[in-house]
This record gives sequence, C-alpha cells and structure tokens, in this order.
Amino acid sequence: MTFVRPNFRHPENHSNEIGYSIKNYEGALSTLCAGCGHDSISAAIIKACFDLNLEPHKIAKISGIGCSSKTPTYFLGKAHGFNSVHGRMPSVTTGANMANRDLLYLGVSGDGDTASIGMGQFAHVVRRNLNMVYIVMNNGCYGLTKGQDSATADKGSASKKGVPSLFDSIDLCQLALQLGAGMVARSFSGDKQQLIPMVKAAIKHPGFAFIDVVSPCVTFNNTPQSTKGYEWVRDHLDATGTIDFIPSQSEITIDYPVGSSRKVTLHDGSELYLQKNNEDYDLTSRKAAMNRIETVKEQQKILTGLIYHNETELDTHGKIATVEKPLNALSKQELCPGSGVLDRLNSQLR
Amino acid sequence: MNDTTNKELISISATNDFVIRFANVNGSGSASANNLFSKAVFRLGVPVSSKNIFPSNIQGLPTWFEVRVNEQGYLGRRGGYDFVVADNGQTMVRDYNELKPGGYFFYDSSKRLPHSFTRKDVVEIGIPLTQISHANYTDPRQRQIFKNIIYVGALAYLLEMDFSVFEASIESLFAKKPKLIEPNINALKLGFSYAEEHHNNVCQLNIHRRDLNGDQILMEGNAAAGLGAVFAGATVAGWYPITPSTSVIEAFEKYCHAYRVDAQTGKNKFAIVQAEDELAAIGIVIGASWNGARAFTATSGPGVSLMSEFLGLAYFSEIPVMLMDIQRTGPSTGMPTRTQQSDILSAAYASHGDTKNVLLFPSNPKECFEMTVAGFDLAERLQTPIILMSDLDLGMNVHQCDPIEWDDDREYDRGKVLNEQQLTDLSERWGRYLDVDGDGIPYRTIPGTHPEKGAYFTRGSSHDEYAAYTEDGEVYARGMQRLLVKWDTAKTIVPQAEIVGVEGEIGVIYYGTSDYSSQEALDQLRETQVIDAMRIKAFPFGEEVNAFISGHEKVFLIEQNRDAQMKTLLINELAVNPAKIIPVLNIDGMPITAEFLVTTIQNHLDQLSITAIKQEA
Repeated sequence: MTFVRPNFRHPENHSNEIGYSIKNYEGALSTLCAGCGHDSISAAIIKACFDLNLEPHKIAKISGIGCSSKTPTYFLGKAHGFNSVHGRMPSVTTGANMANRDLLYLGVSGDGDTASIGMGQFAHVVRRNLNMVYIVMNNGCYGLTKGQDSATADKGSASKKGVPSLFDSIDLCQLALQLGAGMVARSFSGDKQQLIPMVKAAIKHPGFAFIDVVSPCVTFNNTPQSTKGYEWVRDHLDATGTIDFIPSQSEITIDYPVGSSRKVTLHDGSELYLQKNNEDYDLTSRKAAMNRIETVKEQQKILTGLIYHNETELDTHGKIATVEKPLNALSKQELCPGSGVLDRLNSQLR
Repeated sequence: MNDTTNKELISISATNDFVIRFANVNGSGSASANNLFSKAVFRLGVPVSSKNIFPSNIQGLPTWFEVRVNEQGYLGRRGGYDFVVADNGQTMVRDYNELKPGGYFFYDSSKRLPHSFTRKDVVEIGIPLTQISHANYTDPRQRQIFKNIIYVGALAYLLEMDFSVFEASIESLFAKKPKLIEPNINALKLGFSYAEEHHNNVCQLNIHRRDLNGDQILMEGNAAAGLGAVFAGATVAGWYPITPSTSVIEAFEKYCHAYRVDAQTGKNKFAIVQAEDELAAIGIVIGASWNGARAFTATSGPGVSLMSEFLGLAYFSEIPVMLMDIQRTGPSTGMPTRTQQSDILSAAYASHGDTKNVLLFPSNPKECFEMTVAGFDLAERLQTPIILMSDLDLGMNVHQCDPIEWDDDREYDRGKVLNEQQLTDLSERWGRYLDVDGDGIPYRTIPGTHPEKGAYFTRGSSHDEYAAYTEDGEVYARGMQRLLVKWDTAKTIVPQAEIVGVEGEIGVIYYGTSDYSSQEALDQLRETQVIDAMRIKAFPFGEEVNAFISGHEKVFLIEQNRDAQMKTLLINELAVNPAKIIPVLNIDGMPITAEFLVTTIQNHLDQLSITAIKQEA
C-alpha cells in the first residue's frame, strides 16, 4: 500500500499479556494497491495474534503465489514465512506441520491459488484435517497477471474488462464443508468486527479451520457489475450473526439479551458468542450449513460469519498417532535403531 | 518321456554355473516359491542373483523369475537360460523355443505337450504338477500354492541340492505360522520323490554346497533405502504410489513400526503421509525440511517430472531434499515394470531456470543404505536436493551384497543451522543467503527457534543475501553465482568415483546397476588387453572423473538408456572431448548383460587402431 507507516505510536498504546505491542506483530510495508482488501485481512491477523498473546516466532506463515500470497510479508515480521509454489501451500504446510506440531500454521492463499491451480492440494489438506488456519483472500480475479477471471468469479459477474464470466463459480466454503473441514467461515475484508474474532476462533480451532474472505480487488474487479466488488458485497451480505471471541479465563463483558445469542465453547475453554440473526441453524450440522449457504445464494446474497463448527475430528497428527514431542526435536538417540538392530537384520537376511 | 539317450543331444552339464528361468502366471503365488529356491542356492554357499521380470498387472499375465547360479560370483544378468520351469501356458512356446540348446525344459506333464514341441536339442522333464497337487490337496488356493512348492522340491532333486537347506528355509519362513511348516515340507517332498522316481540322472546341472557367500546378505535395494532412511533419522515421508518406488516407503513404514514406536505411549516417532500426487509429496518434504525435520520421498521418472517445479524452489531457496528416484523404462508411462537408467538428465537438471541437483548412484543394496544415509547428511550440509538414482533392477530385485554396517558413533551432519544460543550470540547482522565461510553454503534457521532473531521469508522469487525480495539483476546474479560456489563445494564432499587402473589407453566407465555386468565383462576383456575402469558414484563429478577421461585415449561409457545421458552430462560439465567417449547402450528394459558388453566393446576395440594388447610382465 502506498503509505508510510508512522514510527510514532500513541504512548498509551498498550502491550499484551506477553509484553508485545501491536508493532511486534506487524510486518513489512505492503506493496499491494492502495485500498486492497488483502491489507485489511493482514491487519485482522495482526490484531487477532496480538489479542491472543501469541508469540510471533511460534507462528509459521505459508503461502502460495499471487497477490494474496504476498501478504505474509506484511504481517508477523518475527515469524518465519514461506512463499512457496503456486497452489502448493497446502502440501508445504502439511510437511511443516508434520515436522513440528507445536507451531501455529497460518496458510494464506488466493482464489486462483486455491480454487484453480491448487484445487487438488486444497481438497486433500482439508481431508487430512491438518491443524492449520487456511485463509483465502478471495477477489474473484488474478490480480498479478492483470485481472483475468478466477474460478470463484460468479457467473455473470464482470470485472474491469466488462466481460461477464461465462462459468459457474466454485464456492470454497461449500467445498471445504463437503470435504470435512472442522471449521468453515466466510467474511468480508471490510468487516473487521466480524473478521478479527473469526480469525481468533480459527487459530484456536484444533484442526483445519477455513476462512473464505471476500476481499475486493480495487484495481481489476471493483466494478458495480462485479459480485466481488465493495459495492455489491456491502449490499448483499447476510451474516450468520455477529461474533465475539472470548479467550479462556477472561471476564465476559458482552451482554446479549437472553435468547438472542449463542455460546460456543472451544476446546481450550475460550468462548465464541454468536449473536443470532433471524435465520438460526445448527452450526454443527454440515447439512444445515450447506443448506443455509444455498438458501442465501438463492437470495442473491453472500452468507458470512461462522458457517460450520465441529471440533470432534482428530487432526492429522492425531489420526496417524505421532508422538507429542515435535518430530524435528527428536535426537539421534530417539531415532536411530543402532548397530545391534542391524546385526539382527543382517542375520535375518541370510 | 523324452528320449534322453538321443545321440544328437548333448545336454548342458554344469556345476554351480547356469541360469534357470521360471515362467509363471502373476498372482499365482509363484514368487515365494521362486524366492525359496534362490535363497536355498544362497544358503548352499553359492553366489546367486535373481531377476523378477514382471508385468504391470496384478493377476493373470506372464511373469518370469530368472536365477543365475554362479560360483565365480558374477551377479549380473547373463542372458539366455539353461533350464526353464515352464509353468505358464501362455508363454510356453516362447519359453521352449528360447531355451539354450542342450537345456532342460521342465513342464507340468498333467497335460501332454503340444505336437509342435519337437526340438531335439533339449531335455524334456515332465512332472504332473497339477495331478500331484490335486491328489494331495482339496482347497483350490492350496492346490495352486503347493503346486509351486512341488516344483521346487523336484528341482531340489534334479539339481542335487541338499534338501535340508529347504527344510531349514521353510522353518524360518513360517516361524510365526508353524502349522504351515509341515504341509510345505510335504509338498517339497512330493516333488522331490516324483523326480527321483521318474527322472533319475536326467539333469546334468547341479548345485553343490560351497562356502563362497561369507557373511553376505540377500536384500532388495528399496528395502535397504527404506532402512537407511530410518537409520538416518528421517521422520517425515511424503509419497505417492508409483512402481518401482513404492516398496521404499513400505520398507520405511515396516522398519519404523519395528523401531520407531515409543515404548511407553505407543505413539509414532515418524509421520508418513500418502499424498494426493507427487507434487504434494515433494511439497511435504520441502515443508518438513524447511521446518527442521529430516524428510524424504521416493518416486520414479514420471514423479520426478511432476516434482520438477518444486525441486527448483528447493534448489533456489536452499532447502534440503532427499529424493529417491527408482528409475524405470520411460518416456511417459513406458514400461513401468522394466528397468532403465534414463532419468539422468531430467534429475540432474530438474526444473526450469539454471538448476543442478546432486545425484548419487548406488550399485547394490548396501550402497542404497549407505547413500541414503549420506544423502540426508549431504542434503542438510548443502541445503539442496539430493537424488538417489536407483532403478527397478536394484530396487525391486533381491541382490546379494555385503552386510549393512552402522557405526554407533556416527553423528548426523545437520549442516549449518543456527540454534537459539548461536542466534542470541550473533553480533553482526545475520543473512540467510550470506556466504560467510566462502564455501557457498549460508547458515539457516528453523522456524520457532528464537523470539527476536533468525526469522526470514523463504521464497522462490529472487532474493538478496538477507532473504529480501529483489529485482536487482546484479544481486540476483550474485546469488546464482554463489550457488555455483556451493556446487564446487559439493564436488569435494560427494562420494568419489571408484577407479581401477590408470595405466592403459582404454577406459570403461559405468554407474549404478551396470556394475555387476561391467565387472564380469571387464574380467573377460582384460584376458587379452589392458582396460581401466571407473565407476561413477555421484554428480557433480569430482576432479578424478575429469582426470580419468583425460588420461585415456578412448573411454567406453556403459549406460542403460538410449541417448547416452551420462555422456551428455560429462560433456556438459567437464572439458572433455566428446569424440573420446564411446557409448555402450542397452535400452530393452532388462538389466544389461556381460555378454552384450563384451561383444560390443570388443567389436569397437577391434575396429580401433589403438593397440590395447596386454603387456607381458
């Protein structure tokens, strides 16, 4: 983004519980276009990690290729980042996660990166229920190559070139649901009230947490005829309800009228408060979630909010029963069977 | 019965030096019977090598198992066969016709041989395998399985093999299923007795006990590579099934379950992820290596093609990768169950842009183990992809080799990795791609190590010494040149070529599984001339490779591919005269034979004006 971030910070700008200021969660200056939705998502990630008192160096940021995949440079500068290969963030994250189960894996991808070239890897990382946060910054177009439609561009939606998309779009939330993701959510880059608690909930989710964030491309896909532009999205949002994230052991200060909110307790004791809207449904029902997305879609609207939430499934490490200690921390003594074993094996091979 | 007294017939007579071929239908359980036979030869102290020639199919197509018995210790494929066990109607005509004159045709005489089987120069040995099996067993599956064991029993008699060796083998084979011991031994005896009764003194081939195998072992290369990964401390394997590499991962998994399960918790000290494709498999390896685990994958040529983009990322962003390429016959799907050395160039230069990858060429299972262990060290030392260039012949066939050794004092070389303390103590600015030591190898950090220092952004886009994105051509070029400095370092630490003799004018170069037949061929060729030899073990080539080629007038280069890919690599990387190198190439998908090598090289030598006559001492 074309701005200079001031060094000056408000003196009362507080630190979080582990002594870090928000600045410790920031990254390099963004080089994306001014007004890009992606920068808002980066800001939400920064705020979520700050609020959750996460140690930045215990986070690994992994991305593919594209505008969205550049963003890990712009947040969490103290964390290792990996800008990998187009569409291949899921496999790299899988390997990284296998090596060290103790870090937080923050995968960032785009609609081209996930819904086209990386569709296969996306499908399979969901199936594995890898413990990670997977954020798609979804703008319906290929920004870095100057605005071609992506597979999430809705049929009939027109970008700057003015040519309506001919093909049906891929709904990544529906796909993630079908493939068994434990947490599925959608948000809008312009709605930080919703996005920040959502990112927190995703971070706390002990398995695959998917957030599809509609994030308008101001340069190529922000036309009145585009269903991924600010105007359209603002006019067509249908939220499942507002969300508040309450970390465990924190005082609950939100006061919802009785019956209007629902509490979701996460595995670590943190709580999500969802203020219900008119259309309530069972968040742990995949069928109900799918139905809700379809219903809202029929109304020409975009369903945002927490769409599905289920913590019961084991993550990849749980499924393949790896030891608690990170595999990258095991020593030779713990890994190498030694010469005695080899002697026995040799004798069995004679 | 064949008239073995036919005066025109001179049957082959040999002790401990012949080839027997088993012609079977795949999926019929013949593999275990055939392995029982070859293991018995080995246990009689006679060197043995076996080749499984199998189809890309699960059940019903022809498969052959070729066993070479050779007390001189030549373990390469000889070519031709002296004895055939014809247990497959589909291939019987071919198996009959291709048998060497004077050879033995062993068949199931439950059915009469067709009238067209009229060769006068072979010995026919009919044993009613099906009838014997049916008379003794009722269960259809047992009838099939024991039919195989019955022919092994008959062979034991015909070849004068010590029967107790078979009994001992059966006992150890079924140690965990003891109730199978008795019926198997009985089946052996059925065949033995029938042959003894009906074919007394018919076969002039025999296997007599020797003590030539010392402490050697029988092992498949893939099993040795999988075991090597366990000993090397690999914890993460991402993979996608592809013949002939699959058994590497299967072996890794088997040995991990045996030696890598935490005794107290029952949890696994390894993660094996069957990926959705080869791209994901190598992505998993790269992610895990980046995060400080030892990780690997195994694949074959098609997989290497798919992994190429990722290999370029690993090369350019300097992430260790251990990749095993169990080569098969290409291009495309090619002959997926036949061997070849045809991925040399695609592996060496895998990926777009200027890339070069370190290759290791094992020749036997022991080297598969050793080079796998070395490969993990090299990958982390050099922070680059290391590709173990095995092949189907080595990977999937059982080979006789020296026992595998492990030094308990050996430590893993984890390369230049800064730990938390080292990062804290750093006074100068750390640069991920800064060549501090002048060897082209920078220091890396592992995610999560230090709260303040050492974090950087790994990227496949151009970067400066501090891992920052750059489009400055000079900075980019500096990084690329530094990778060449690292390449030069690699030359000094990869396994050196093995050289025998430097005095002659003629040299022979070979690598990988051509080793067995090359050695045999050299022994024959050296009877009349001086020929030096070099076995290449790694790419990049050390100075010794250049010196060997420069030091000889002509060098023969033995390869198992069409285009002399190693020749291209040598010419490309070294300042050698291409005209010096005469390729000797085999591409039929079968392991190269000594006979082919001797004939081809001798023909060339005869045409050359160079005198390579052996000088009398």
